[in-house]
Amino acid sequence: MTERSKVHDPRGYPPKVVGKRLASRLPSLDGKTVYLVDCLFDNSAVFMDQLQQWFGEHLPAVDTRIIRPKETWADDPEMRAAIAADGDAAILGIGL
Amino acid sequence: MPSVAVHTQRFARLCNATALSMGMPRLRQAYTPHPVVDQSAAHLRAYIDGSDAISGRPFMQEVLDGLTAPLEDADLHGLSFERTTPRFVEPDTEDNLQRRFEENRWTDMLPIVLPTEARVEAMLTGTSHPRDKIVGRLRPTVFREAWEFDVEKVAVNAVMAGARPEYFPVILALASSGITARSSSTTSFATISVINGPIRNELAMNTGIGVMGPYNHANATLGRAYGLLSQNLQGGSVPNETYMGSQGNWYALTAIVPEAEERSPWQPLHVQKGFKPTDSVASVFFGGWYTHAGYGPRATWQEKMRHALAAVEQYSPPLFVMDPIVARGFVELGYDTKEKLIAWCADNALLTAREYWDNQSIQLLRPKAVAGIEPYASRLKAQPDEVIRIYEPSDIHIVIAGGETQGAWKMISGALRATVLIDAWR
Repeated sequence: MTERSKVHDPRGYPPKVVGKRLASRLPSLDGKTVYLVDCLFDNSAVFMDQLQQWFGEHLPAVDTRIIRPKETWADDPEMRAAIAADGDAAILGIGL
Repeated sequence: MPSVAVHTQRFARLCNATALSMGMPRLRQAYTPHPVVDQSAAHLRAYIDGSDAISGRPFMQEVLDGLTAPLEDADLHGLSFERTTPRFVEPDTEDNLQRRFEENRWTDMLPIVLPTEARVEAMLTGTSHPRDKIVGRLRPTVFREAWEFDVEKVAVNAVMAGARPEYFPVILALASSGITARSSSTTSFATISVINGPIRNELAMNTGIGVMGPYNHANATLGRAYGLLSQNLQGGSVPNETYMGSQGNWYALTAIVPEAEERSPWQPLHVQKGFKPTDSVASVFFGGWYTHAGYGPRATWQEKMRHALAAVEQYSPPLFVMDPIVARGFVELGYDTKEKLIAWCADNALLTAREYWDNQSIQLLRPKAVAGIEPYASRLKAQPDEVIRIYEPSDIHIVIAGGETQGAWKMISGALRATVLIDAWR
């Protein structure tokens, strides 16, 4: 009979995951302000410009505003506050 | 506020796994084809006018529905759960356990030493710290959740790497650094760790011939242990989920350099950083993105160095590893301290502003430049063809190591991220 070994599990301790509900959706974007959040990766500014143009051509009733955080990979509470102050929705993107 | 995150399709599994770990398995996301980088405005517009690269529905329909489609019950509650990792795995034969560890991606795909109770107990004798003391937290990238670990969990991974109990304080110090050796960066960064102080000799580490090769047990297993503990204690390093390095990195297998302090004409790295010569210290460099090499210093060393410094990926500064022959040669040229040679390198690491700012990773620094933070602000103010310095002296490091069979130096991408006192973990 082949001997069975008892060995340790090598993994660390994961944090507890706390569920977060999604924010309520809008019935329509007409007349709403949608922030386009440029995450500052290479070419994301060009992508957001194109996205803004798309809204201008197809959904002109939507007010789109491009906004950028102060730094890449870092939370920017001021930017979030600015979006929360007068925004109705946000589209975030895009990396690589 | 309703939001939709837009990604390229290559990151779909990663995005879903990340959203799940944040308690949002139903996060609304839309996907373009990959890549976005280097694509023209027209090409990006075609992405927007085209189909979502994952769902196949019109891309903008996915975006608009993400903002306006009513929430379902599961969207309202998120998903709370606790993940546990047991202390032991189910007993099995050694062959089956080796296979299970490999299948679970708990290895670096080389055979490991199975972490039996006896071996882990032996490893724990290498430190005075209790097994349940929390050592630190690690994560593969800044947007992932950090996992926590204690002394025993580090010991388990140290055993797997083949390390010996006397090496354990070095491994604990590396684990406590907060820097993962298994970064998920798409650029495939690894870590290179420099060891200084008496511990090098206590562990019979090799600073001579083959110092960066597979010729010394401590050198080899310490680097391997840092990699294994990083991937297992941070919650994995699995391609497409917790690892996105496009090409991977051989430095990730093991990369430890003990400095040849006794044969160096210069101050050792840890003393440069304010530690006492009698302190044992681990310095963790984040890099391995490029490697240049040369001889010297020969008659044309300045040209050689300028070429090498201009050819680096400028986002990641150079860590020089110089054979003692090279260091002594520079002393004969008047560079009697590392600082003097580093200053010369900083003055001669030059690019045009256009080349500097065209680098994909450097562009991530642009917001700092716009905010007026130096030296980035001055670099941004420069005209496109103006030649600018790309490093400050504090960015550049020199370490002496090698067997003096050749006047060789290597310039390895490496940004110093942490300097940790090993003695604190004895």
